[in-house]
Formats: sequence, structure tokens, C-alpha cells
Amino acid sequence: MSVRMRVNPIACTGHGLCAELLPERISMDEWGYPIVSPRPITPVLEALARRAVTDCPALALLLEKER
Amino acid sequence: MTDAATMTSPLAATPGGSAAGGAPAGHAPAAGAPAGHAPAAAPQPGTPQPQAPQPRALPRLLPPGGAAAVPQDLAHHVRSHGPLRCRRARRHRSGAGDGLIAEIAAAGLTGRGGAAFPAATKMTAVATGRRRPVVVGNGAEGEPASGKDKHLLWLAPHLVLDGLQLAAEAVGARTVYLYVHAGGRLHERLTFALAERAAAGCDLRPVRLIAGPPRFLAGEESALVSRIDGGLAMPTFKPPRSFERGVGGAPTLVQNVETLAHVALIARRGAAWFRQLGTAEEPGSMLTTCHRADGTTEVAEVAIGTPVAALLGLGSAPAQAVLTGGYHGTWLRAADAARLPLANAPLREAGATVGAGVLAALPPGRCGLTETAHVVRYLAAESAGQCGPCLAGLPRIADALTHLAGPDPDPRWLTHLRRWSGLVTGRGACHHPDGTVRFVRSALTVFEHEITLHRQRRCSVAGAPSAAGGEPFLPVPAATPAYSQDWR
Repeated sequence: MSVRMRVNPIACTGHGLCAELLPERISMDEWGYPIVSPRPITPVLEALARRAVTDCPALALLLEKER
Repeated sequence: MTDAATMTSPLAATPGGSAAGGAPAGHAPAAGAPAGHAPAAAPQPGTPQPQAPQPRALPRLLPPGGAAAVPQDLAHHVRSHGPLRCRRARRHRSGAGDGLIAEIAAAGLTGRGGAAFPAATKMTAVATGRRRPVVVGNGAEGEPASGKDKHLLWLAPHLVLDGLQLAAEAVGARTVYLYVHAGGRLHERLTFALAERAAAGCDLRPVRLIAGPPRFLAGEESALVSRIDGGLAMPTFKPPRSFERGVGGAPTLVQNVETLAHVALIARRGAAWFRQLGTAEEPGSMLTTCHRADGTTEVAEVAIGTPVAALLGLGSAPAQAVLTGGYHGTWLRAADAARLPLANAPLREAGATVGAGVLAALPPGRCGLTETAHVVRYLAAESAGQCGPCLAGLPRIADALTHLAGPDPDPRWLTHLRRWSGLVTGRGACHHPDGTVRFVRSALTVFEHEITLHRQRRCSVAGAPSAAGGEPFLPVPAATPAYSQDWR
């Protein structure tokens, strides 16, 4: 089972906090919206990923478990 | 109320509208039809057919008569197709055990709204949910180049309404909606058809007619659910998908109106009959909206697998390119399209899909870049504006195309266009950016020579390219949304 990050693009307003907290998986496009990598969140990154999810001002990030 | 027999198709009233032109239905060569079918489906000479007394092959859904077909009122409908036997709604969870769902699975019916998802799979998913499901017939045909759902609802509303009752019965739903674009004579006609059925007492479940706004995305499943729940007809984030949690939080079966009409026929005639047309993998007939190079447009019911060349008359009216699958679809070179049958398996190999059955042949003397730029400008304006990449990217993509369609474009526009196309893909809550990019990318391939010509201040349209471009060949509505009211 792996964990991946997703952004709800409707909720996202492009604050950009997530890309600073988790640059390993999130970068910003030229318009200021996050590009989320489809690569799984490794155990090492999990704490940072959780922080990005809880700190997003728009609550637009989610972690999804996949089999 | 107007006498049904005097009504003509609402499409005939629209410029370049449908239903003009030659006899559509039944003319199609049944290519790929019988071969390789279940033995039971093959008509045995001399053996009486127990199911139906040798029905004509086509049309199945539309009343006969082609362009002169008469809209069917309830009495006419019952005479043509026989009465519908409705049982009381059983408690759901009947799922795959339900006779009709099994029959639909055996028929191999796929959704005719564009995604071609197996209808029985969707019904089973909804029927086995935790709550009593809701059923919605989706007639919100937002695609400007498509007229087949409006045509079907106009000519054979009772077939769709039968299908709606049958689907509700099969999944155990009591709440049933029919969702169509607001206003116009079609709305009146459907109200009349529902009144006819109420007077005849033939429906166990009342059907509520819900009006959606005239938006490209209004028929997207989650937008439809949002609208029926009283909100704006804008797509929502998934999950949940509507089959899990849709209208009022209940599992919701959303089926295209043509799919429901096929359900009504499968319930009467069976899976083997359904498979007598079409290909083994994609059985049955389908409605298509064909825009021919000579400027005529026609809704025709054809066997799946009918050659694209025959449908568009490419032999007599040559084209430079063919659009398949509508404005989220794919441009193909005319020579490539001419070799293909209209079915998803062969079209996918060419990088295209059948979609909701839109085919358009672009005549010579039209600039494919200009046509594409017009359509993409429209698609950008029809973005719900909810997702950043779509809101920011689509207007820029439209700008880049407009520049490329103009005289002597800066080659950097092509670089920008390719980068932006990559940036918006997969980043919306719905498939609007993805579908738009599919359309754009296919245009860059098929009209590559045109880009080169424009850089030399030339154009395949006689004379020089112009930014204005004149009246476009592909239909694009003028009105675009500006206020939230436009999405209600």
C-alpha cells in the first residue's frame, strides 16, 4: 500500500505553502498553482506531507492510500 | 399544446442545424454487423424468429422516415414498440441478479454519452450501494456540434422515458429525474410527453424534469448532480463519484438519454436482437451527428462499425480533415479517417475516440487552424473557472492558437502552446482541460502544414490568413458565461 498526495484543484487558490514544505513532491507552475508529483510519499517524507496537508490555508491537499 | 405531428425537429431551426439532407437512417451499410456473433443472434433462414417479427434493421431508436420522421406521441410509440410492463420497485441490492441488468450486460450496451462505459456495470454499482439510489436521464447535450440527444428526445421521447422507468426499476430507485438544457420547444415537448404518461398511468415513478444551463459542461456528471441538488451546474472534485454519492447523497445512476432508449429496446427484444447490429466488441446501433464537407448536417442512426467515409460521404464531398468525438475529440487526416470504421477499438488505434458520435468533415478551402482557434476560444470561455490551471491555461492556449492562425506568427507561440498544453493536462477536477488539449494537440499534428504556410504569410484558404477568419465551419455558440446565474 502506498500513499500519494493529491490536490483538490477547486479548493486550491495557489498560496504556495505546500511547495515550500514539500519541494520533494510539489513544485509550482508559472501561474502559481502546485504541480503534485504522482510518486508515492515515502515514510521519510510522511511527516512533512502531513504538515503540508494540515497547514494548507485552503485545505486543498489530501493524502490518498492506494493498494 | 401544439399537435405533435406538426412539430419539426428543434435542430431544423438552428443555422446549419440537423435533420436536413437526405434519408439518414437505414442507408448505412451494416459493415461488421453480423459476422462473428453469438450463434443465437444470427438469423436462421426459414426459422421463425420468436423475439420480434423481423424488425427492419435500422432505425431502431428513431421513428422511420429519415428527415421526414414524425415525432411519436404515446399512442404512436406504444403501437410501434409495444407497451411497457412495469413492476413495482423492488428493494435494491438485487444488483447483478436483476434480469434486466443481466440482459443489458449480455447485450454489451455501453454508455452513449461519450465515455462508452458498460451500462450494466454502472447499474450494478448503483444497485449494490448502501442507500436507495436515484436515477437521472442525462439529455444535457452541451457539445455544440452534437444534436443527437435533442433529436432523439424530440422524435422519440417515450423510448427514453421507458428506459428511465426500466433503469429505475432495475436498480430499485424511486426518485427519477430527466435533465435537459433549459427552455425552448424541446422542454415543452417533454413536459407534454410526461403529462401524456401521467394521464395514461403508465409510470410507477414520477419523473421530474430538471433544466440545466446552456453550458458545455452542464452535462458532466458531477455538474449535473450539483444542479439537481440546487447548486450551480459546475463540476465537483472526485471522489465521491456520483455512483457512490450523487443527488442528495444517494448513489446516483446517470445515463445518457440514448443509452436509456437502447435499454427500453433491449428490455423488449433482448440481448441477441441488440447484437444483430454493430461489431462483436461494440454491439448495437448508435446515433451520430454528421457534419459533411458540403455544409449539410444530419443526425443518423447507424450500426457501430459503419465506415466513416460512408457516413460523411467522403467519396462525393472530399475533405481535408475529419473531427471525431466532438470538441474534446481528435482531428484526423481525411485519408486516415476514410479507412476507419466508426467504433472505439479501431479509432483508438488512430489516437481518436467515437465520443458521443460527432463527425465533422472539414472541406478544402477552410483553415483548420482558424477553426481550431475558434473552438478553443469557446472552450476556454466555457471553463467553470474553478481550477487554477484550467482558468489560467485555457485562455492562453486559445491566444496562442489565435496567433498561429493569424499571419506570420511568432514561432514562440508554438513553444508556449506546447508547454501550456502539458501544464493543464490532468490538473482539473473534470476532464475539460484534458479534452481541450487532446483536440489542440491533434490539430497541431493534422494542420502542421498550415502552421508552416502561415509563417510564410500564406494559408490554404484562398488568399492570406486573417485573424478574423469569417464565419467558422464548426458551430460555436456566441453566448459565454459571465455570471453565476449563467450556470443555473
